[in-house]
Amino acid sequence: MKERKIRVLVAKPGLDGHDRGAKVVSRALRDAGMEVIYTGLRQTPQQIVESAIQEDVNVIGLSILSGAHTHLFPEIMRLLKENKAEDIIVIAGGVIPEDDIPELKKIGIAEIFTPGTDTHDIIDFIRKKVK
Amino acid sequence: MEIVEKIINGDRRAAAKLITLAENDFAEAEDILKELYNYTGNTLVIGITGPPGAGKSTITDKLTKSLRKQGKTVGIIAIDPTSPFTGGALLGDRIRMQDLSTDPGVFIRSMGTRGHLGGLSQVTQAAVKVLDALGKEVIFIETVGVGQAEVDIVKVADTVVLITMPGIGDDVQIIKAGIMEIGDIFVVNKADKEGCERLVTEIKMMLDLNRNGQWHPPVLKTIATSDFGIQKLECEIRHHLEYLKESGELEQRRRESTKKEIFDLIQEKWKEILTNSISNGFLDEIVTKVVNREEDPYTAVKKLSDMLIYSYTQGGKE
Repeated sequence: MKERKIRVLVAKPGLDGHDRGAKVVSRALRDAGMEVIYTGLRQTPQQIVESAIQEDVNVIGLSILSGAHTHLFPEIMRLLKENKAEDIIVIAGGVIPEDDIPELKKIGIAEIFTPGTDTHDIIDFIRKKVK
Repeated sequence: MEIVEKIINGDRRAAAKLITLAENDFAEAEDILKELYNYTGNTLVIGITGPPGAGKSTITDKLTKSLRKQGKTVGIIAIDPTSPFTGGALLGDRIRMQDLSTDPGVFIRSMGTRGHLGGLSQVTQAAVKVLDALGKEVIFIETVGVGQAEVDIVKVADTVVLITMPGIGDDVQIIKAGIMEIGDIFVVNKADKEGCERLVTEIKMMLDLNRNGQWHPPVLKTIATSDFGIQKLECEIRHHLEYLKESGELEQRRRESTKKEIFDLIQEKWKEILTNSISNGFLDEIVTKVVNREEDPYTAVKKLSDMLIYSYTQGGKE
């Protein structure tokens, strides 16, 4: 009985209440056969990292529309490192200006999916990354 | 074993990894679980069950907070359904437990049913052991939203809390067999909704007809979102535990639970052996015969079992 499933934590850091995108992506990943742990709105970096560890996920998907990504994402990456969990792949989506993307990639965010992304691209990316 | 050492010393990551291994490849996890077993048996297991949307997650969240105030550590296993079509799952129980995720005294694990529609699997039992060894004093198992017949929880938990709410059916639902027979404590949540009093009365009447044990399940009213009735519920859980200890039923229940676990494990093991040893081509041949009415399925199965038993008793070769 061997069956490896990809587990993804979908979280919304920051204070905006727009969870439509996070829900659409969660649903798409579910339909692609993954186990999605949906944690809801207004998560602190501590909550996200701790949940990811307890749930032993392969991927953290962050959705943010508040503009606070330059502040919150580095903190999430720092906490992952602090907990020796930097092997967890972090991807992000939402309203993130093009100009900020290089900086976010530099701190270790694997990919940024901006509005208009096809959910299949996200699924393919995760499948390729999680070996 | 290093991982066992880590878990008993409270390493959350190691515990989480072992649960994943049990989910993905039980045979491999077994070697670790064997050793881990020596460090288990110190926890109280509370089953939280009931129909979808009745408030299981919210009540689990509130009970946990209350236990944390008394200094008790808590493990939560929250189960949601796996899609039988895609194998995917959306596990959303953490939404109601957000404040708990940064509490070092709490460990929450969401699990998909992965085909075990009775609500619980051998993996759930393994996860209970992992959290037990991790040092959690109380473990909640929050089942999938159940309908009528998913009663497996009763075989794993020391205390079963059955949560329901007004407005989900008439009085005949309550006297149907199955789910309504397994509660040690009944909770009518969302008690501010119309129909609450009637539901409480109906459950009480149903319970009055069941006078077979010494324990008479209490029927409580709660409004979980505003903490109403939570303290009383916690009190009744403690009460039930005292009863279990005094009456000797705790020991009896744990014996039953172990028996069931062994039985399940044997079944799984044999299912695997069967799947491995009956190669597809061979099975196809038999299927063809049965479809063509050259043989009936009962005789075919009898022959197959005899063959398997023979091959296992003769040197164990497949």
